[in-house]
Amino acid sequence: MTVTATPSTVRSPAIPIQRIGLGATVLAGIAWILTLPPIMVRTAVPSIVLGIVAAALGTAVLRDPKHRRLGGLAVGLGLIAIPLALAMANQSAANVREVFTWSAVIASGLTFTTPLIFGALGGIISERSGVVNIGLEGMMLMGCYFGIFGADVCHSWLLGIVIGAAAGGLLGLVHAYFSLHLRANQVVSGTAINLLAVGLTGYFFIAQYGDNGTPGTLPQVPNVSVPLLNHIAFVGPAIGAGTNVLTWVGLLLVPVVWWFLFRTRAGLRLRAIGEQPLAASTVGLKVIATRYVAVTVSGMLAAVGGVYLSDGFDGSFNFDMTDGRGFIALAAVIFGKWNPVGALGATILFGFSSALAYRLQTFSQTLGTLFQALPYVLTLIAVAGLIGRSRAPAAAGIPYVKE
Amino acid sequence: MSSPGRLRRAGRGALIPLITVVLAFIAGGLVVLFTGHDPFRTYGAIFDGTGLNYLFPWVGGNTRTIAGFDLQQTLLNAAPLILTGLSVAFAFRVGLFNIGSQGQYTVGAVMAVWIGSIFPNMEPVLHIVLAIAAAAVMGAVWAAVAGWLRAVVGTHEVISTIMLNWIAIWVANYLFQAGGPLQSRSQAGNPVSNTIVSNAHLPVIWGNPLLQGLDAGIFISLAAAVAFWALMNRSTLGYEIRAVGHSPDAARAAGISIARSYVTTMAICGVFAGLAAAVDVLGWEFQLSTGDIATSQVGFLGIAVALLGRNTAIGTVFAALLFGALETGTSVRALNSNVFNPELASQLTLIIEGLVVLLVSTDLIAVRLLGLPAKLGWGRPEQTTEGQPPGAADEAAPDPTEALRPEPSL
Repeated sequence: MTVTATPSTVRSPAIPIQRIGLGATVLAGIAWILTLPPIMVRTAVPSIVLGIVAAALGTAVLRDPKHRRLGGLAVGLGLIAIPLALAMANQSAANVREVFTWSAVIASGLTFTTPLIFGALGGIISERSGVVNIGLEGMMLMGCYFGIFGADVCHSWLLGIVIGAAAGGLLGLVHAYFSLHLRANQVVSGTAINLLAVGLTGYFFIAQYGDNGTPGTLPQVPNVSVPLLNHIAFVGPAIGAGTNVLTWVGLLLVPVVWWFLFRTRAGLRLRAIGEQPLAASTVGLKVIATRYVAVTVSGMLAAVGGVYLSDGFDGSFNFDMTDGRGFIALAAVIFGKWNPVGALGATILFGFSSALAYRLQTFSQTLGTLFQALPYVLTLIAVAGLIGRSRAPAAAGIPYVKE
Repeated sequence: MSSPGRLRRAGRGALIPLITVVLAFIAGGLVVLFTGHDPFRTYGAIFDGTGLNYLFPWVGGNTRTIAGFDLQQTLLNAAPLILTGLSVAFAFRVGLFNIGSQGQYTVGAVMAVWIGSIFPNMEPVLHIVLAIAAAAVMGAVWAAVAGWLRAVVGTHEVISTIMLNWIAIWVANYLFQAGGPLQSRSQAGNPVSNTIVSNAHLPVIWGNPLLQGLDAGIFISLAAAVAFWALMNRSTLGYEIRAVGHSPDAARAAGISIARSYVTTMAICGVFAGLAAAVDVLGWEFQLSTGDIATSQVGFLGIAVALLGRNTAIGTVFAALLFGALETGTSVRALNSNVFNPELASQLTLIIEGLVVLLVSTDLIAVRLLGLPAKLGWGRPEQTTEGQPPGAADEAAPDPTEALRPEPSL
C-alpha cells in the first residue's frame, strides 16, 4: 500500500494548479452566461452545478498561496453565478432580453465608468506621490458644478471642462497645502474637503441658479462616433450612436498615466517620493513640490470626471450629485492596486455593475438596488486580503518632514 | 499635577476650538459677503433662529415662545450629534479613525425602526429599551467588522468603514424601497418603513409632542457622554485603550492585546452610533424613508463634532450643541427668510462645518497663532502625558498622524 501511494504524493499534481484555477474561472464564466442572452437557458440548474463546481475547484486552488488570487476569483464568480442564474430563470424571457440588450448595457456601462476612470486616475497619482486623497468625492463635485457653470457663462463646453478642472484643482491645492505645508492628518483634511465641496457647490448653485436649476440649453460636452469602430460586432452598436468625448479621453488617459508612472523618469521619481520620501530627498528630488503638483492634478482629474457627470451626461447640476462616485473611484484605486490598468479593470467592473443595477430596475427594483452595493462589497473583500493583498504606497498618509 | 496646571490645560483645550470656530465663521462670513449679503445681519438672524435667545431673560412674549420651539429643535439636533461625535472620538482615543459612524448609524436606524414597528402591544418601557438595544447591538456588530479586519487582517479601518458605510446605505435602501422586505405595508409604492408604534416613542419632556417637542433622547446622549468619560478615565478598559492609542508597541509589551482593544473599541463606537440612530427615529418621525437614508449626514458630522471637541466627552457635547444650533438656525423653519435665504444658509452651515474640520486637521492654530508646541489628540489624548517622564511626551508630540502610521495600507 505505502509503496504504491508514495510516488503519487511525491509527484507534482497531474494538472498544474494554475490550470485548475483557470479552468474553474472559465466554468464560472460559463455559469454566468448560460442564463443570459443570447444563450438563455431557461432553467438555473446547469449554472448552479457549474457554479458549485467552480467554487469547489476554486477553494482547492485557494490553498496554494501562489494562486490565491485566481482561486478567489473562481470562488467569487462561481458563487455569484448561482443567485444570478436563479434570478434570471425566474424572470420572463422578455424581461431578461430587455435588461441584457448588450449594446445598451455597454453604452450604459461606459457612461457609469467614465467619471470613475477620471476619479481613479486622480486618486492613483495623488496616492502614488504619498498623499492620501479621501477628498476625491468633493473634488469631483466641484467639477460637477463649476463645469456646468463654466459652460453656461462662457458658452463653451471646452471652457466648462477647463473651469471645472480648475475648481477641482483649487480644492486639490487646499488639500495639498493642509497636508503638506501644515502637515495635517490627510484623512481628516480629505473629509473636510468633502464637506466643504458639498457646501460650496450647494451655496453657489442656489446663489446663481436658485430654484429653477441649471438652464436647459447649455453647450454640453458632445458625443462623437469613431468611423471604423462602428462596424465591430458586439461593441459597435453600443458606441455607434456616439460616445462622449470625455469617455474617449478617459480611456486614452489610462495608458498615458500608466506610461507616465512606469516608463518615464518623472513617473519613477513620483513613485519614489511616495515610497521613500527621505531617500528621494537625499538624491535631490523635491518631495513637497512634487506632491503639490500630484495632488493638484489629482483634483483636476477627479473634477473632469465631475464635469462629465453634469455637463456631459446629465446636462444639469444637482445637490451632491456625485452620490458616492468619488468613493467608488477610491475603491477602484485600492481594488486596482494603485495601478492605472488595474484601476481601469475595477472601474469597468464597478461601472458595468452600476449599469446592470440601473437596467435591472425595469423588472426588479429591489435587485437593482442590492447590485449598487456590489462595488463596495467587492472592495471590502479585496482589502480584507481574500483576493491577494493590495498594498498602498509606503509613505501614503505620512506627512513629510524635511530633515 | 497641581490644579492650576489642570485649569490652564483645560483653558488651552477650549481656546483652540473657540479660535477655530471663530475663524470658520469669519471665512463663512466672507462667502456671504462675496455673494452680496450682509454677514452681520445674516449671522444675527441665524443666531435668533437657534433659539439660544430663549436663555436671555429679557426676551419675552411671542419671541420667547418661538425661541422655545427653536431651542427644542437645537437640542433635538444635538442629541444624535453628541452620540455620533462620541462614536468617532472613542475610536480616535485608541488610534483608530472611525469614518464609519454613518454606516453604523444607518444599520442602527434600520433595527430601531424594525423592532419599534413589529410589536403592536408590548409594554411601553420594555419596547423602547428593546428597540434602543437592538440599534446599539446592530451598530456594534457593524463597527466590530472594521475593528476585526484591522486587528486580524490589518485592513485599514478608514477604507473598511467607508465601504461599510455605503453597503449599509444601499442595503437600507433595498429594505425600505417599494417592494423591499421592510417597506411599509400600508403605504404601498411609498419607499418608507412601517411606522413605529406609539408605545415605542420616546416621551416628550419639553414642548408639544405634535410640534416635535424635545424628547428624552437628549438624556440618553448626555448619559452616554458621562459613560464615555467614565469608561475612558475610570476603567481598566479605558486605560488599555489610551495605552494602545498612545503607543501600540509599548501597550503590547505591557501585555495588552492590541487586537482585542481594536475590536472592543470599534464595537463601543458602534454602540454610540446605534444609539444616535435610536434617539433619532424613536424621538421623531417614527419611520425611515430611503430619502432619509440618502440625505442623512449625522454620522459624517460626528467626525467634525469629535475633532472640534478634541475627542473628549465634554468637548463633544459642546461641539454637538454648536452644530445642532447651527443646523436649527439655518433651517427653513427657524431662519427669517427676509434676511437670508434659508436654503442658502443650510449650505453655509456645511461650509462652516467643512472649514472647522479643515482647520482642526492640523496644528495650524495651536502652532502658528498661539506658539504652542505642535500637539493634537489623534489617538493621543493629552492626559496620557501624565505620569510620563518629562521629556518623553514632548519627544513624541510633534507627530499628529500616529494613528494612521501602523502597518496597514490605506
